[in-house]
Amino acid sequence: MVTNVTNLGRSGLSDWLIQRVSAIILALYTLFIVLYLLFNPNLDYATWSGLFAQTWMRIFSLLAFVSLAGHAWVGLWTVTTDYLKPTAIRVTVQLLVILAIFAFLVWGIQILWGA
Amino acid sequence: MLQVSIYRYNPETDSAPYMQEFQVDTQGRDVMVLDVLHMMKEQDNGLAYRRSCREGVCGSDGMNMNGKNGLACITPLSEVVKGNKLTLRPLPGLPVIRDLVVDMGLFYQQYERIQPYLQNDEPAPAIERLQSPEDRDKLDGLYECILCACCSTSCPSFWWNPDKFVGPAGLLQSYRFLVDSRDTATRERLSELEDPFSVFRCRGIMNCVAVCPKGLNPTRAIGKIREMLLANGS
Repeated sequence: MVTNVTNLGRSGLSDWLIQRVSAIILALYTLFIVLYLLFNPNLDYATWSGLFAQTWMRIFSLLAFVSLAGHAWVGLWTVTTDYLKPTAIRVTVQLLVILAIFAFLVWGIQILWGA
Repeated sequence: MLQVSIYRYNPETDSAPYMQEFQVDTQGRDVMVLDVLHMMKEQDNGLAYRRSCREGVCGSDGMNMNGKNGLACITPLSEVVKGNKLTLRPLPGLPVIRDLVVDMGLFYQQYERIQPYLQNDEPAPAIERLQSPEDRDKLDGLYECILCACCSTSCPSFWWNPDKFVGPAGLLQSYRFLVDSRDTATRERLSELEDPFSVFRCRGIMNCVAVCPKGLNPTRAIGKIREMLLANGS
C-alpha cells in the first residue's frame, strides 16, 4: 500500500472523484460566465454588481471557487509528485501551494460577501 | 542499404551511452527489425539484445524503434522505417544493463505487487473450479498479455513513479484477477489499489494502447478498476 499525507483526499479514489466533479462544476461556471458576457455586450458596473448580489449567484460562485481550490490542490499535488523528487523541495512546494489556495479562497469569499 | 542508428552502452568500458551507425543490406526485402539486429550482430558480435521465440510470443525483444515501443521480431521494416533510417533504443525509463538490454526489476516488482495468481478461500471442489462461458469471456483481452513491458515503458506516469504506479501491464493483470469469477480476494485487491499512485496516477493518455504488440487495451482495464473502486468506496 502506497501512503500519502499531502494530497487532498488522503485516498486516490476521493482525489479522483473530487477532480472529476470539480471539473464539471468549473466547466458549467465558465460556460455561464462566457454566455452572460456574450448576451450582455454593454455590461455596466450596476448590472455586473447586481448579478453578484443575488444569493444563487453567490452560491454558484462559491461552489466554483471551492471547486477551483480542490481541483488545483489535486492537480498541482500530482504535478509535484511527478517532477519534484527531493523530499524537502517537494513538501515545501506542496505546502506553499496549499497555503496559496487557502489565501485565494478566503480572498474570493471576502470579495463575494464583502461590502 | 538501410541506415541503422543504435544505442550502445557497455558500463564496463563506456563512460557514457552513445549512438552507433550501421549500414545493413536487407537486399530490398521487408524483413523484421529483429532480422536487422541479427545482421548487425554479424558485423559486431559485441552487440547485446534479448530475443527468444522470434515470433511475438515470449516478449523478450521489446525495444524502442524509431521512437515507438514494440517487439522487434514482429515489426516489419515497412511499419517503422521512414526515409531509409532506423533508430533503435532500449525501452525507455528502465536502467540499461547493456546496449538494448534493460533491467526489468521495477517492472516485475509492480507485477508481483498485484498478486498475479488466483486466490480463493472457499473449499476446493472435488475436480475443478468451474467457470461459465460468459465469465470466461470476461478474461479475453486480459490474459493474452506477455509482459513485454512495451506499454509500461511508454507511459510517462510509470517513468516518473515506477516504484509506486503499478503501470498499464500490471493493472491489466490486476483487472484480469479482479474480474475472474473464481477469485474471492476482490476486496483485498481493491484496498491495495485505492491510493493516489497505484491506479490513479494513470492520466489516460493511452500510450499503452498505442504500442501494445498484442492489441490489448490497458486503459479500458484501468477504467474498469476505477469503476470497481468507486462501487466499493461510495
